[in-house]
Amino acid sequence: MKRAGFTTHWLPILLLMPQLSIIIVFFYWPAAEAVQSSFYLEDPFGFGSTFVGLENYTDLAGNAEYRRIAWFTVIFTALVTFFSLALALLLAVKADKVIRGARSYRTLIMWVYAVAPPVAGFVGVMLFNQSWGPLTRAFQSLGHDFVLGVNYSDTAFAMVLVSVWKQVPVNFIFFLSGLQSIPKSVREAALIDNRSASGRFWDVTFPLLAPTGFFLLIINITYALFDTFGVIDTLVKGEPGNNPMTLVYKVYVDGFRGNDLGGSSAQSVILMVLVLALTVFQFRLVERRIHYT
Amino acid sequence: MLKRSKLSAILDHAILILGALFMLVPLLMVLQITTMPDVEVIKHGPSFQIGDQFDDNLKKAMLEASGFSGENTGVNMLKNSFVLGIGFAVGKIVIGMMAAYAIVYFRLKFATLAFWVIFTTLLLPLEVRILPSYEIVQRLGMLNTYQGLIVPLIASATATFFFRQFFRSVPEELIEAARIDGAGPIKFFVDILVPLSQTMIAAMFIIMFVYGWNQYLWPTMITTEEGMFTLVRGIKQITQVMEGNRIPEYGRANVLAIIAIIPPVFVVIFFQSWFVKGLTESDK
Amino acid sequence: MAQVSLNSIRKVYPNGFEAVTPSSFDIKDGEFVVLVGPSGCGKSTLLRMIAGLEDITSGDLHIAGRQVNHVDPADRDIAMVFQNYALYPHMTVRRNIGYGLKNRKTPKAEIDRKVEEAAALLNLSDYLDRKPSQLSGGQRQRVAMGRAIVRDPALFLFDEPLSNLDAKLRNQMRIEIKALQKRLGVTSIYVTHDQVEAMTMADRIVVLNAGRIEQIGTPSEIYHSPASTFVASFMGAPPMNLVQAQFQDGAVRLPCGTAVLDAPTSRRGPITLGIRPEDVRLGQGQTAFDVHLVEELGAHRLLHGQIAGQPFTAHVVKDTIASPGAHVVDLPRAALALFDTQTGARL
Repeated sequence: MKRAGFTTHWLPILLLMPQLSIIIVFFYWPAAEAVQSSFYLEDPFGFGSTFVGLENYTDLAGNAEYRRIAWFTVIFTALVTFFSLALALLLAVKADKVIRGARSYRTLIMWVYAVAPPVAGFVGVMLFNQSWGPLTRAFQSLGHDFVLGVNYSDTAFAMVLVSVWKQVPVNFIFFLSGLQSIPKSVREAALIDNRSASGRFWDVTFPLLAPTGFFLLIINITYALFDTFGVIDTLVKGEPGNNPMTLVYKVYVDGFRGNDLGGSSAQSVILMVLVLALTVFQFRLVERRIHYT
Repeated sequence: MLKRSKLSAILDHAILILGALFMLVPLLMVLQITTMPDVEVIKHGPSFQIGDQFDDNLKKAMLEASGFSGENTGVNMLKNSFVLGIGFAVGKIVIGMMAAYAIVYFRLKFATLAFWVIFTTLLLPLEVRILPSYEIVQRLGMLNTYQGLIVPLIASATATFFFRQFFRSVPEELIEAARIDGAGPIKFFVDILVPLSQTMIAAMFIIMFVYGWNQYLWPTMITTEEGMFTLVRGIKQITQVMEGNRIPEYGRANVLAIIAIIPPVFVVIFFQSWFVKGLTESDK
Repeated sequence: MAQVSLNSIRKVYPNGFEAVTPSSFDIKDGEFVVLVGPSGCGKSTLLRMIAGLEDITSGDLHIAGRQVNHVDPADRDIAMVFQNYALYPHMTVRRNIGYGLKNRKTPKAEIDRKVEEAAALLNLSDYLDRKPSQLSGGQRQRVAMGRAIVRDPALFLFDEPLSNLDAKLRNQMRIEIKALQKRLGVTSIYVTHDQVEAMTMADRIVVLNAGRIEQIGTPSEIYHSPASTFVASFMGAPPMNLVQAQFQDGAVRLPCGTAVLDAPTSRRGPITLGIRPEDVRLGQGQTAFDVHLVEELGAHRLLHGQIAGQPFTAHVVKDTIASPGAHVVDLPRAALALFDTQTGARL
C-alpha cells in the first residue's frame, strides 16, 4: 500500500467488486464443492448422494490402476521437466554467447511458446502417423514398429517428446533473460579469475542462474501435471483405453465421462494438496531468492 | 588460441541451428502438407515438394464444416477463438487493474483480507476444480455461451498480481504530486497510472491473449455445440474426423492447425520484447 | 503568501512508533524555513503532514489562518517539490507544469500563459515539448520547480530537492532556489539532511532529532550557540569539538588536569566542553594537542588529533605551518560552550 493512498471508501470496494465476485462464484464455490463431494458417493442416475466419509480416498489408495497412473505421472513429470530444462539451458547459454544472429535464434526457438498443447499434440499425431509419419518411418528403419495410441510405451514416448517440444521455449526465454541479467562486471571478473570457459560456467554462471532454475522447476512440474492435458488428449485421439494418462486426465475421464463424481472429486482434492505443497515450496524459494539478490 | 575460439563459435552455432530446427521442422511439415492433395499425402507422406493445393485446402478448411451441425467451419471457429482470446485478455486486464489499483492505492481496512482472498486463487489451477466449476456454469445456464467460456477462466489473480507488483514499483511521489496537483483517485488512474502502465498492459495482453486462445480443457467441457467451438477446442474433433474418413482429409486438418497457430505466434514474434519482458518480470 | 503555524503537531504510526513528538513553531509570511536533521529524525514526516500526505495524529495545523488538519492536499494551496522530482514521465514538460492548473479548471489560454511565464523564469522555454526522460537532472529539477510556482501557491514545500544532483549542480540550484524564493516572496519549508544547504538557504533553521525539535533559530544562532551537543555536532563541517571535562576545584579541567575555564560555581562532576575548530588558536596557551593528520583543503587546513585522549580538530588558515606531532593550543574562553554531559543540553 502506498503511504499517501486515497482515503475514499466506496471507490476501492467498487473496484474490487468484479474480481471478488468472479473469484467467489468460480473459484471458492467450486473448490469448496470439490472438497465436499469428495466425501460423498453420488448416485450415477442422479438420485441423491450419501455421505461416505473417507471412503473415496481409501478406494483410491487401494486402486491398482490409480497407483499405476500416479506412478506414470511421476515419471512423465520427471522426464518432461528434466529434458525441457536441460535442452533450454543448453540453447540459452549458446544463444547468450553468440554475437551474430542471437535475435534470430531467439525468435526461431521461442515461437513454439504460442502453440496450444492440443495443436502440439496434433503435430505429434502427424509425425507419428501410422502409415507415413516421418518419425514412425525413422523407428521402422531402426527395426521398431512404432504404434501411437496402441502401444503403451510408444504412446508415452510421444507424449514426453511433444510435451518437451512445447515446453522448451518458456524455459529458454527465462534462462536467456536470467543469463542476460548477470552483470557484465561479474562476467568480466570471472574472465580474469578463471581461464576455462566451462569452469566459469559451473562456478559463476550456473549458481547465479540457480534461482531462475528453481523457479522454472516448479513451473515445469505444474506444466507437466496440468497443461499437458491437451497434448495427451490429442495424442490418444480422445480414446484413453489402455494408454498412459496423467492424474489430471484421470480426473477428467472419471468425472466427466465415467460420472464417478465422488471419486473424481477425491482425486481433485489430492491434486489440490499436491499443488498447494508445490506452491508453498515455491514461495519459500522465492523468499530465499529475495535474500539472494 | 584464435583457432580454438573460432571452432567453439562454430560449435555454438551448430547447436543453435539444431535447436532451431528441432523447433521448426514439425511446423514446416505441417505447412508442406497443407499444399498437397490428400491422396499424395496418403501415398508418400510429407516430402520436400511444395504442392498447389493450398487454396483448395484453405477453402475447405474455412468454409466446410466437419461436424454434423455444419456450424464448425474454420471461419466460425476462428471467430470463436478471437472472441475467447481477446475477451479473456481484456477481461483479465480490466478486472485485474481495477483490483490491483484498489489494493495498492487505497487505505482499506480489509486490504489484507482482500489481498489473501484474491491471491489464494494463484494456488489452484482451474484443472483441479474443473468438475464443480462445470456444474456451477451449468446451474447458471451458461453452457455454450461466451460468458460461460470466458468468465470462469478469469477467476484467478495472475493479472492482478502482476499489476500489483507493477503499481508498487511506481514511485510513491507520483501519487503525492498528483494529489497536490488536485487529481482525485479516478483522475489519477486515468491520467497517470494507465498511461504509465501502457507497456505492461501490452505485455499482459499478449500473454493473456495467447493463454486464452490456447485454452483447451475448459472449452472442451463448456462448449458442446459445434457453433461454439474454438480452433483449439476443435482440434481433437478435426483429428478424429480426419482419420475417420475414407480418404483422410490431411490437407484440411493441417490448414486448421496452422490457422490455430498463426495468430498467437504472430503476436508473440512481433511483440517479442514486450512479451519477453512481461513473461519474465511477472514472477518477481 | 501565508503564515504557517504548528501547534503540538504529533505523529504516531499505527505500529505505535512516534515519528514526531508534539512540536510547535510558527513561520512568518515569506520566510524560508529549513527543517534539518539526520535521516529518520521525522523532518520528512513533519513536512508531509503539512502537505496533507500524512495524517496528523494530534495537534493543530494552520496555513494562512485556516485550520487545515483535515483538508485534502489539493485544497491546502500548497506546492511541493520532491526528491526524485516526481515528474509524470509520459507527459511533456508543458503538460507536467500545467497539470495542476488543468485539474483546477483553469481556462486553457491562462494555463498556456502561466506555463510560458514559469518556463521563461526557469530557462525552460526551449524544452516545453520534451518528455522528462529527455532532460538533464538540473532541467528536471527546474520542471519540478515550475510545476510548483505556476500554481502561485501560498506555501512551497521542498523535500530534499537537491539530493539527486551532483555536487556542482547542487551548489548552483541552491542559489537559484533561494533567489527565486526571495523574488516570489512565497513562504517556504525546505527539508534536507545537508547542513550546508540548511545554513546557506534558511532564514530560520529547525533542527530535529529523533522526532523532537532540538533548536529553532537563524543559521548564525544555530552555529554560534547550539542548544545541545546534538546540534553542536550536527551543524558545521567539521563539527564542533566536544571534549569530556570535569568541574573541579573551582575550574573546568580536562582529564589531564589542565584548567581551561574558571568556574565560580560550586558545581562538581562531569561536563562536556564544546569549541568550534576555527576558534582554536594553535601555538598559544598550554593545552597539549597531539596532531595525527593534517588535512589540506587549499584555503585552510584541518589538523586532526587528540586532546587529553579525546578526538579533536583544529582549523587553521593556509599560511599556518603545521605538521603531525605535539602542539599546544589555546581554547579562548569566549568561544567555549558548556553542555550537560547527561542530557546534552547547553548550560
